[in-house]
Amino acid sequence: MAEQFVGKSSEFKDGERQIIQIGKREIGVFRHEGEFYAYSNICLHQGGPACEGLTIANVEERLRPDKTSMGLFFSDKDMNFVCPWHGYEYDMKTGEHISDRSQKLRKYQVLTKGDDVYVVA
Amino acid sequence: MDLIADRGRRVTVEELNTTQLLRHAKRQADERKFEDVLIVDCDAHHYENENFNQILPYMENEVLKQLAMSARAKQGRGNVMPGGFGYQDMGGRVTRYPLRSTEKVEGTRQRDAQLGDRWMDAMGVDYSCLFPTGMLNVGLHPQKEMEFELCWAYARWVTEQALPDTNGRMYTMISLPFSDPEGCLRMVETFGDRPGVGGFMVTSVREKMAVYDNAYMKVYRAIEERGLTLAFHSGPHWGSHTFQSCNRFLSAHALGFSWFNILHCTNWVVNGMGERFPKMPVLWIEAGLAWVPFLMQRLDHEFMLRPSECPILKKKPSDYMRDMFYSSQPMEIQDMGALETTFRMINAETQLLYASDYPHWDFDLPQTIWDLPFLSEQGKHNILGGTAHKLFKLPPRNEAQKQNLIKHGNYIGA
Repeated sequence: MAEQFVGKSSEFKDGERQIIQIGKREIGVFRHEGEFYAYSNICLHQGGPACEGLTIANVEERLRPDKTSMGLFFSDKDMNFVCPWHGYEYDMKTGEHISDRSQKLRKYQVLTKGDDVYVVA
Repeated sequence: MDLIADRGRRVTVEELNTTQLLRHAKRQADERKFEDVLIVDCDAHHYENENFNQILPYMENEVLKQLAMSARAKQGRGNVMPGGFGYQDMGGRVTRYPLRSTEKVEGTRQRDAQLGDRWMDAMGVDYSCLFPTGMLNVGLHPQKEMEFELCWAYARWVTEQALPDTNGRMYTMISLPFSDPEGCLRMVETFGDRPGVGGFMVTSVREKMAVYDNAYMKVYRAIEERGLTLAFHSGPHWGSHTFQSCNRFLSAHALGFSWFNILHCTNWVVNGMGERFPKMPVLWIEAGLAWVPFLMQRLDHEFMLRPSECPILKKKPSDYMRDMFYSSQPMEIQDMGALETTFRMINAETQLLYASDYPHWDFDLPQTIWDLPFLSEQGKHNILGGTAHKLFKLPPRNEAQKQNLIKHGNYIGA
């Protein structure tokens, strides 16, 4: 396992992402709410660039106690990233497909050493 | 460029470059050596409304042309084509929709031809059948005269301006103004022999369409006599009374595509069109495949109980359905066993044609066929291009493709 330098933490703004190449592997590195997350950039569906599309809050349907629907809302806490080819939508914190949690992108460890950010791959 | 995400939050993404967007597809195609396989995409699209300034001047009737061009002018407030509402771009999640206008092309060659080269090269596709997008709703136009004019103008533009700019890599099946049988016949007679025309297409998003009406027999005969294909291209119609209870685009989309092909295929089969025009290939496009086994079983069941209602049939409805052709996209791969059964029921190895539907949101790459674990090598070659080679007479683009066509018994000559 090698450590691949990604960039300076101070230059990696919250909400941004970088795509890095380690050998033949493409890895998407996100910074979200101060934390770093890194996933394979190969979509589980048809192999699209899973990490290069829109980041968008998870959509929830909220129900009242009597089971009537209040409608659709953006989540206050859960963020997703979306493969731009077909819309496969993944949980930012786990890399799981939000409709089928058994489908999961390969996750990589992210290390910070001082101001330097590394992906372990 | 910034895209709008939740609560107005802006997300910066790169401008669209199709080659870059599809670079993973290119890698997959290279790994599978698709260069050696003739791959024909029987259903791809462009956005013809981006070319209306070129298309509308081909309208024949001066009054209708003036109305259409005025509506399209900057100060105009009208619509030329019946609109379909919905969220194909998934709120910008499928980024090539909002970013489409940012993609740069070079020179004066048709933009759609240049974009076509990019995605075909990335996927390993040799030829694509080019269809419009918005015009798939032309069957909802209240004026049959305008429906004819729009179909006519598009047919002239696509055969005279668009296809000649694609270096022979795109062909088409001309959209028929099905509300006007005489107009359909005139279009078959006018465009049927033009280069790049592989057949004719009926947009099947139509609330009232009697494919068995006597008025159409001369149209079918004219298509059959020319050795061309008749296709039915489906689509969604959320505004239909049938789908008024659908409160999600997903529901209207999933059902709409299947429904309109189910409806017209049923009428086609039950009225014995396969007996009347046995030499005319009929192709059902963009409804996926899961609807076909359902309809086969349903029609066979009823046919055995009520044969007196379709005395022209000499075999079961499913047998006529197995004589017809189907495009693969959007192929339902959720249950591999069910898909394998579907392939068996439709004789996929000879009756299925690969389709990408690119650039629409649910496109399929050629490897959706190539990677199927239950499919023979012969079946893969047939579905990806061999069967289309025979139907549309598209020559192989290199010697390896030719040898593969010969090996699998598909080669009909250059």
